Amino acid sequence: MALLQIAEPGEAQAPHEHRLAAGIDLGTTNSLVASVRSGTSQTLPDNDGHHLLPSVISYSEEGILVGRQAQKRATTDPLNTISSIKRLMGRGIADVMSLGEQLPWQFADSEASVPRIKTRAGDVSPVEVSAEILKCLNKRAEDSLGGELSGVVITVPAYFDDAQRQATKDAAKLAGLHVYRLLNEPTAAAIAYGLDEGVDGVHAIFDLGGGTFDISVLRLTRGVFEVMATGGDSALGGDDFDHVIAGWIMQQAGISNDADPMIQRRLMHAARHAKEALTEADSTTVVMQLADDSNWQGELDVETLNTLIDPLIRKTITACRRTLRDAEIDIEEIEDVVMVGGSTRVPRVREKVGDFFKREPLVSIDPDSVVAIGAAQQANQLAGNNPDGEMLLLDVNPLSLGLETMGGLVEKVIPRNTTIPVARAQEFTTFKDGQTAMAIHVVQGEREMVDDCRSLARFELRDIPPMVAGAARIRVTFNVDADGLLSVEAMEETSGTKASVDIKPSYGLSDNEIADMLTSSIAHAEEDRDLRRLREQQVDAYRVIEALQAALAVDGDQLLSADERAGIDAHLNSVIESAKQDDVGAIENAIKQLESGCEFYVERRMNAGIREAMAGHTVSEFESSEDDSK
Amino acid sequence: MAAGKVLQSDLPLPMLDLSKNYFELFGLPAEYQVEIPALRDRYRELQGAVHPDRYATGSDEEKRKALQAAAYVNEGFDTLKNPLLRAQYLLSLHSINMELREETTKDAAFLMQQLEMREELEALRHTGEGLDSVGEFMDRVSGMIKALVSRISVDFETPSKENLDDARETVRKMQFLNKLYAEAQAVEAQLEEEFG
Ligand SMILES: Nc1ncnc2c1ncn2[C@@H]1O[C@H](COP(=O)(O)OP(=O)(O)OP(=O)(O)O)[C@@H](O)[C@H]1O
Ligand SMILES: [Mg+2]
Repeated sequence: MALLQIAEPGEAQAPHEHRLAAGIDLGTTNSLVASVRSGTSQTLPDNDGHHLLPSVISYSEEGILVGRQAQKRATTDPLNTISSIKRLMGRGIADVMSLGEQLPWQFADSEASVPRIKTRAGDVSPVEVSAEILKCLNKRAEDSLGGELSGVVITVPAYFDDAQRQATKDAAKLAGLHVYRLLNEPTAAAIAYGLDEGVDGVHAIFDLGGGTFDISVLRLTRGVFEVMATGGDSALGGDDFDHVIAGWIMQQAGISNDADPMIQRRLMHAARHAKEALTEADSTTVVMQLADDSNWQGELDVETLNTLIDPLIRKTITACRRTLRDAEIDIEEIEDVVMVGGSTRVPRVREKVGDFFKREPLVSIDPDSVVAIGAAQQANQLAGNNPDGEMLLLDVNPLSLGLETMGGLVEKVIPRNTTIPVARAQEFTTFKDGQTAMAIHVVQGEREMVDDCRSLARFELRDIPPMVAGAARIRVTFNVDADGLLSVEAMEETSGTKASVDIKPSYGLSDNEIADMLTSSIAHAEEDRDLRRLREQQVDAYRVIEALQAALAVDGDQLLSADERAGIDAHLNSVIESAKQDDVGAIENAIKQLESGCEFYVERRMNAGIREAMAGHTVSEFESSEDDSK
Repeated sequence: MAAGKVLQSDLPLPMLDLSKNYFELFGLPAEYQVEIPALRDRYRELQGAVHPDRYATGSDEEKRKALQAAAYVNEGFDTLKNPLLRAQYLLSLHSINMELREETTKDAAFLMQQLEMREELEALRHTGEGLDSVGEFMDRVSGMIKALVSRISVDFETPSKENLDDARETVRKMQFLNKLYAEAQAVEAQLEEEFG
């Protein structure tokens, strides 16, 4: 019933009632949803029994397609079919262009800092595209769990920066999800692995997926997961393997760099296919359909593949070395190296990781589903379904946070691998007499110069009381919450003035933009919109019915003649009847009829109300009480 | 009240006595030598009680308090775990408040050595093979920091005026080395991007 569905999630629940919660692995290539059912965490399949949802969206003539159906259109309708959108989350237009890959889509020219892809359904931002994946998984979860979700845990690469995390949260908001927590992917994997095996000690999680790489070193002690350090690259994964292989095919087949989007898609397809085949075989035949419909054919062997991907694997090993040093852990102290993500199936990756850690990496768990399974366990606990659960996750911020100082240098305020949540303050002063404003630029990254770090936001502190240079004490506080999201406060201490802060997210969406999208997303998704409109109309109808019935019960008999009463009842009944049906227009119409048919009654009630309120009072009483309140 | 809090009503509110010093908070004697495993155990217990994840379905007020308390516990843990911060903190409990930005050592030999090491690091910045050498460089700096840690330990065993002054001087040096270590990390990040 519509009326029941408008209850806020989490509200009006009986104690110890089981709340529906899910974990979502929003991956570059594949996404999954999992939930804890009768004590075990399981990934949820779609109607055809598939657990993995390809992270592909197609804006087709018939509407928005997600997953396998969308994937089928990748080579036939490349401009409207979007994959690996995660790589663009929280990125600026300039970043996207410098990702060093040919993206097959057309980007809208706009002033906005966020890239928008031109599609048949209009220009869409990465946040909107991701929201479609989340909606699809949410629906899957609600269908199989039989109700609305109270909340979800969504995983993000540990190495995601603030803008990328914020973008993920925005996508969830757009999809109408309540996010309990953003959880780092390797930490989620550690939960699934650690709770299963019950092994205390120090573990390394090596997670190489489709688009991102994370390495986390954590200590597990009786259900407490303490991340000691994390490292990685939020733009390194199986997609990059595909790119170098595609480059090799282009060279071998004589395909030029400016090939059309369809050829580009075919190339990526062929490259990925060859890469995956070489996981099982020593050599594979690559077939590539060219622009003139002729076929090029060539052999790719493992040695060539290894030469192509070795530089990429080397990057992962460098990150491992750095992370161990940050964790102050020797390789010998590590209990296990757990392999997560589809790209850890590549034999060369396993070999190199094994060499570095001086032990066989653990490949016994399913690298695809482990992240979602861990996320579901965390969601279950956060929902309060596991009150005796001891599990606790203590995570870190992956990248240093700092401020721009004179000369374009970065002053670090929170160094990387600081356990979150964390609050740190830094004091600044004015450098000119009478200075009343100060520009503050927040950046994230490890480099010394601002230009080499990521710009997160620019603040302007205004209304600083004028003082001599160096007298003002401006305290800027950085807060990073348990999701790894940053907020900043500023205050002038000698006067206690809170400086006003204007936030302009460098690569994010403003709240207004999100609000606009919320509205337009309702407008775009036809089915969704209709359903939502129907719900809204029904809710409206019930409100009107209830209000009117309540009113009639109070004064219907006094204020209405029998005829008038019968007329209103007729209108009322037609609203009640229409609200049971699915015709939005009919409900709307019935409400309108009722409203106009009741106008005289409403007027009479108002007049009666005024009379009653004034009965027994003199006019002067009202005047004097008004004076008192002044 | 939001019904959401019912489930966890048996947990204490995330309130911490902020007047407690970090040693008291972690139930440890106010000494320089800290049993790291004991510190860790206590840390886990404290976070188990105050972490925001424990109040995910609680009221906004509870969430806000939990966030504050968890950040305070983290700050205490970081301070007591880190040899430099711990030394500074302990000095402050002995009423020696160091103004680290202004204070600097006058030990000429030490300063000379710092200059040389800085030049060495600069040289590493420009070579492709620098990455491993930067790693070794960092290990060397860590070793020097460890030596200073031992010295401070001895100072705090008998916190006479003289020994506290020595600790203060050692902290100044440690500050240099920590900065050098941080700079080496930045060089490493640069090399990773350029040659990794
Ligand atoms: N048998 C295989 N051999 C080699 N690579 C494989 C194999 N199976 C899958 N992959 C690769 O794994 C990647 C997808 O892995 P996964 O599903 O873990 O990524 P994801 O979770 O979507 O991405 P991310 O975690 O980076 O956001 C793809 O690049 C795919 O080509
Ligand atoms: Mg993944």
